[in-house]
Amino acid sequence: MNPFVIFFAAIFTNNIALTYFLGMCPFIAVSRDIKTAYGMGVAVIFVMTLTAAITWPIYHYLLVPYNVAYLEYVAFIIVIAALVQIVEMVIERFSPTLYINMGVFLPLITVNCAILGLALFMILRDYNFIQSIMYAIGSGIGWLIVIVAMAGIRTKLIFANVPKPLQGPGITMIIAGIMALGFMGFAGIVNLQ
Amino acid sequence: MADVTAVGQATAKRRKPRKKLTQTQSWKTAVRGIWEDNPAFRMMLGICSTLAVTNQLVNSMVMGIAVTAVTIASSVTVSIIRNIVPRRTRMAVYTLVIATYVIFVDQLLKAYYPTISEALGPYVGLIITNCIIMGRAESFASSNSVWLSFMDALGVGLGYFISLMVIAFIRELLGFGTLFNYNILGPNWEPWVIMVMAPGAFIILGLYIWIIRGIQGE
Repeated sequence: MNPFVIFFAAIFTNNIALTYFLGMCPFIAVSRDIKTAYGMGVAVIFVMTLTAAITWPIYHYLLVPYNVAYLEYVAFIIVIAALVQIVEMVIERFSPTLYINMGVFLPLITVNCAILGLALFMILRDYNFIQSIMYAIGSGIGWLIVIVAMAGIRTKLIFANVPKPLQGPGITMIIAGIMALGFMGFAGIVNLQ
Repeated sequence: MADVTAVGQATAKRRKPRKKLTQTQSWKTAVRGIWEDNPAFRMMLGICSTLAVTNQLVNSMVMGIAVTAVTIASSVTVSIIRNIVPRRTRMAVYTLVIATYVIFVDQLLKAYYPTISEALGPYVGLIITNCIIMGRAESFASSNSVWLSFMDALGVGLGYFISLMVIAFIRELLGFGTLFNYNILGPNWEPWVIMVMAPGAFIILGLYIWIIRGIQGE
């Protein structure tokens, strides 16, 4: 399958947040403010791409040949945790301003189910390396678009009369549902077989 | 003879009146996880799985049981080793513990219930990142006794299970017209397909949160 088809699908037709429900916890928590949402989104793209780049070879050249494919969960989560730690240290060393703006999100990303989900889907769908990278970048961009859009909507919501039990997660879920409905309009543009 | 009477007196002093079951700390810990601290509508944890598996009751049931089992196993293990784990590496250790139990559950499902395992897909593996389990391990099991950790995990798991079943009940009934794959609403029911697709998941969860929080009287 054409990697660009996968890229496009990951952003629009099979959006990682609105179709596969991944990355929901930070989605609810971080989507209040556009700047923070944007920062989180960029961090996620970064970590996702690196994760795909590292976990793919580990699975195909290490786990499968030695018949320990069932250890993928442990291997992936270790890789993700280590990667996030290293990325955090690298950013802190080379760009302190970027670290101050973005660094606080990095530890949160370790348990972001979107990262592990990405790795698992990549294995499940048997993508090759290039497809996996495009899938990762696309998923990250898709997640960024959705969380920034949600942040924009929620900043407008401050002036609306949301009933008290609905404030916070409740209304976020309903808005996400309407956004998902909107994104369904993209269905059929590309076909992921 | 004197020894026997001494023992008898000591035992009589030690025997306190039994507390009612519902007053014990274990009970309260467990019940808290079902209502006040329910992960799905109170703490907003485990949302990814909630949205993904609640389009069918069977999947929800299996997921609920799996999450409860892993939570209990992880909380108990973390509680047992809580005094040995160094503070700085505790998150990594907890993650490994959780990942190991999830591998057990995943292999079990793949072996005995392959259709359900395939329907759940990667969401079984995603139990590792399910914030409920890490949350309970970090905030409760790491500083409480094994028994209390067990009760807490049981309560939270049960609360999650109940929430999953309620949402799945609505979604499957309206979206497929079936319950546990048994046709309930008859052949003339025009299914509300939106219910079993992504937007329906979000909206039903939002409404569920609204109703329950309204009842709880924030």
